[in-house]
Amino acid sequence: MDTFALLLQGLSVAIQPINLLYALVGVTLGTAVGVLPGIGPATTVALLLPVTYKLDPAGSLIMFAGIYYGGMYGGSTTSILLNTPGESASIVTALEGNKMAKAGRGGPALATAAIGSFVAGLIATIALAFLAPWVVKFALAFGPREYFALMVLAFVTVSAAFGDSALRGLTSLFIGLTLGIIGIDLQTGQARLSFGIPDLLDGVEVTTLAVAMFAIGETLFVAAQGKRAPETVEPVRGSLWMSAKDWARSWKPWLRGTVIGFPIGAMPAGGAEIGTFFSYAAEKKLSKHPEEFGHGAIEGVAGPEAANNASAAGTLVPLLTLGLPTSATAAIMLAGFQQYGLQPGPLLFTSNPQLVWGLIASLLIANLMLIVLNLPLIGLWVKLLTIPKPWLYAGILLFATLGTIGANPSVFELGMLLAFGLLGYGLRLFHFPIAPVVVGLILGPMAEQQLRRALAISQGDVLVLFTSPISATLLALAALALIVPLILRARGKGQVLAAVAADND
Amino acid sequence: MKHLVATALLAGALALPTAALAADYSIMAPAAPGGGWDQTARSMQEALTSEGISGNVQVTNVPGAGGTIGLAQFVQEANGDPSKLIVGGYVMVGAILTNKAPVTLDAVTPIARLTGEYEVIVVPAGSDIQDLAGLVAKLKADPGSVSWAGGSAGGTDHITAGLFAKTAGVDPKLVNYVAFSGGGEALAAVLGSQVTVGISGYGEFQSQVEAGALRVIGVSAPEKVAIINGPTFKEGGVDLVVQNWRGVWAGPGLSAEQTAAIGADIEKLVNSAAWKKILETKGWINTYLPGEEFKTQLATEITATEAILKDIGLVQ
Repeated sequence: MDTFALLLQGLSVAIQPINLLYALVGVTLGTAVGVLPGIGPATTVALLLPVTYKLDPAGSLIMFAGIYYGGMYGGSTTSILLNTPGESASIVTALEGNKMAKAGRGGPALATAAIGSFVAGLIATIALAFLAPWVVKFALAFGPREYFALMVLAFVTVSAAFGDSALRGLTSLFIGLTLGIIGIDLQTGQARLSFGIPDLLDGVEVTTLAVAMFAIGETLFVAAQGKRAPETVEPVRGSLWMSAKDWARSWKPWLRGTVIGFPIGAMPAGGAEIGTFFSYAAEKKLSKHPEEFGHGAIEGVAGPEAANNASAAGTLVPLLTLGLPTSATAAIMLAGFQQYGLQPGPLLFTSNPQLVWGLIASLLIANLMLIVLNLPLIGLWVKLLTIPKPWLYAGILLFATLGTIGANPSVFELGMLLAFGLLGYGLRLFHFPIAPVVVGLILGPMAEQQLRRALAISQGDVLVLFTSPISATLLALAALALIVPLILRARGKGQVLAAVAADND
Repeated sequence: MKHLVATALLAGALALPTAALAADYSIMAPAAPGGGWDQTARSMQEALTSEGISGNVQVTNVPGAGGTIGLAQFVQEANGDPSKLIVGGYVMVGAILTNKAPVTLDAVTPIARLTGEYEVIVVPAGSDIQDLAGLVAKLKADPGSVSWAGGSAGGTDHITAGLFAKTAGVDPKLVNYVAFSGGGEALAAVLGSQVTVGISGYGEFQSQVEAGALRVIGVSAPEKVAIINGPTFKEGGVDLVVQNWRGVWAGPGLSAEQTAAIGADIEKLVNSAAWKKILETKGWINTYLPGEEFKTQLATEITATEAILKDIGLVQ
């Protein structure tokens, strides 16, 4: 009841007209930078930090919160419409979302993403208010070995969810893993696979690879087909809004995405994209229409979009309770706190309750503002798809290039964008899946570093990976996820063989 | 006579812009927005303009590889241009050595060291290690059994851990250093008792120390620091001082007058009320050291850092 009273008090701070104005400025800016690839919420908050120096702490933090949530909303738009993920957390959204957009279902895709984000944002923010101290205890129980086990589980479930051919999927995955090795190794400070090129020392940027693979690769593929290409892009087919069936297929993925995304976002080394991978894999497994995956299944948009917004709220758990910034944006918000002489951490809730609860309350308000702002925009966004194909793809190329230069103004980065674009084209041409390359680049380095940390701490004893209850459970789940389908397939094959034999009789 | 007037006019015209209008600066932060170097550059921008030391200050970010990518680009762009400055720090010294960077700090003109932060060694509140003597004893008995969590390999945290072991009489190569990427991952590992000790700047651990979840067992400062509740390394029996400093450089190919003019502007900055206010709100310690002294100090540190990185085995 105490928490509830504090939250109400926070709401009374947040609904002061001036604070509502800050929230509105924040969500508008956030949506805008989310839509533009290259400028992420982190950069925006960093650039605004000196400007807000003269505002009062509550007002500027409320604005930052709006930018933070707004960026998560905006990121899905370009993923769905242009197949150009602006940030790593919306890569998975592009998989099904863009297929839906091409089939004339861009409206429902954007709607399920927006409403899913709202639902997830609402539930996760309330969870932040009431469960933060417990969630953070759970998150701190994760050490290197537990993270490694989590990565193994992610590898197994995610690879099972991509494509039909295991060989092709694994080939793509290994390309990604190799790209992940490039750069300075964290544990030894030595450069790997950088061939003496200084620009490669920091490794391959995930968004550069994703934009190149998805947007540039596809543009080249479409251009290469020329007039032979079937006219696949239909601006709008059926309703612009979600049908009753869409709702029925979306609500469970929203809730599951929230449950998956929130705790993973709260883990110091979790990351928003991991939650989206798990959510996608779970939806594919649980869907009544698994055959639609890869061709525009609405569950594949609803789940991951809910997951990335829930993990955005999850990120605030360690930030507010421990002073641990687990994402770039959170790191800059921490700098924002310090600018006012506030030290986030275990004492913040007791020393500045008004501010913390004001922030949580304004997250709820920002979330509401975003859905009001975004739903009417869908009709406008979908019009983008009515642009004739040559113009649309030229626009996508321009957008992708500008985004990459915006994020990292270097000629070398542009060269990489082009080279990976060609790689993406090649993979498409020979029917290799694209997503595992990006997944490999994200998960590979995480898994490697966590395994090496675990082994360094245990001084080389491999058994520690199995002696922690959490990691043992996660590894057992991974083993099950690997073996059960094999057994089922073997049994299935047996039945088919038996049936064939019976026919011969 | 005519000639004299013309010369005077010319001199006046040349002198006028510098006298009436303050110099413009463009400061490069060789890191992404939000980090320490970026915050330093943006704080300089704010103080330089608000105090009227400079009319117009731009900040650019060139992230990558511990600042070495920005440094290489800076040396090309800033050659002979007195309006260009670059922010950097001790991390760069280590990064240049481990990355074998082709462009080093020899290529730029040191202007001043500005701020610094001391390293601290922390343990979880429930740890059986009570003080530095306890840590040294454990380290001497079995160096591998003490796992150290800190930032990337070859960075300030790693170097400090190596120097600590060396000073305490333990082979730095045997230090079981576990590198964590930024964003408080190292802090999480210490809080969760995944590692034996944590080593980093005090700012990383401050809130947890104040809340009683972590204990400071050693500080790398030469004497007691008011805000940190813990003994210095020296008080704990390990004679070592390490400062993770940040400073500012100008480009190559500048005349002595140009260098002196920049140095004077930076000195004005350091003494300004606006700068002092920023240091106070950000919790940075003023460790200002002007041009020549900074240069000498830097040379000593580069030699020491190279030696310890060789001892640790990161540099051949």
